[in-house]
Amino acid sequence: MAGETGPAINPIEQFSITPLIPIRIAGHDFSLTNSSLYMLIAVAIACLVMTAGARGGPGIPGRLQSAAELAYEFIAGMLRSAAGEKGMRFFPFVFCLFMFILISNLVGLIPYSFTVTSHIIVTATMALAVFLTVIVVGLYEHGFGFFKLFVPSGVPIAILPVVVLIEVISFFTRPLSHSVRLFANMLAGHITLNVFGGFVVMLLGAGVAVKALAVLPLAMTIGLYALELLVAFLQAYVFAMLTCMYLNDAIHPGGH
Amino acid sequence: MEPHELAIAAKYIGAGLAAIGTGAAGIGVGTLFGQFLNGALRNPSAVDGQFGRLIFGFAVTEALGIFALLISFLLLFAV
Repeated sequence: MAGETGPAINPIEQFSITPLIPIRIAGHDFSLTNSSLYMLIAVAIACLVMTAGARGGPGIPGRLQSAAELAYEFIAGMLRSAAGEKGMRFFPFVFCLFMFILISNLVGLIPYSFTVTSHIIVTATMALAVFLTVIVVGLYEHGFGFFKLFVPSGVPIAILPVVVLIEVISFFTRPLSHSVRLFANMLAGHITLNVFGGFVVMLLGAGVAVKALAVLPLAMTIGLYALELLVAFLQAYVFAMLTCMYLNDAIHPGGH
Repeated sequence: MEPHELAIAAKYIGAGLAAIGTGAAGIGVGTLFGQFLNGALRNPSAVDGQFGRLIFGFAVTEALGIFALLISFLLLFAV
């Protein structure tokens, strides 16, 4: 960074990927990085919470079981309302995506940890998986009928070419907006937290008179942290919700 | 000015211009919640059923502001 002055606080340093256990197979890098470690942690937490919650037992359901049931009911209700009863066979897919994103986001909010979803390669992989699922399922189930998706019913013939063009473009930009939305939210949120945290450090490093002012950015950081907790849940919800809506297009093309 | 200094100045100006987009997203979010309240006060019994759509609309609108903020941050810290 050229031309920067003041204390060296680099807000994007937190996103750097470092290999923890270097592994090289046939010239390719398969190292266990901090990114893959936190992915494993997220998967482990999801598996533990869901298996412990699903174990059940005699008597009143505990907190863990209630939480697991709440998550199940939440996603099941969302998928059923968006894609209908036929969409329920995609429930494991949507539920895995939701739990992975939610837990990655929440684990990433712990200070000094790493946010997996703040890397576009991770979110783009998930968004492309959804995109390809929609295309494959749509073509497999409906054949040419899948292309009804691009031709909305009830549109006057004069403007139909324009509408079809717009529908096609919007269909193919879906994975882009789907992945960038999650990644950019996480990235911008964490940078903002870091910048305001940097203000606290800068003010504390300055003269005695302005040290007391450090309380202002600290309060802002706390407020932003609460907002980020909301955003962490909301983005997982939106990702799962959009997945449900896209799957609905594959199951019922031309139904919108 | 040196060409190098000019590039740095352009970087900061660009970051500031990109941040205007967050204000535009603010208009969107304000419209969203304003219209929701408008409808909710007319028909309070429908509020609970539409809350999911409100949050969904908020997230989609807010994401555009975040995109603008992201460009601003990228110019500030990554270019």
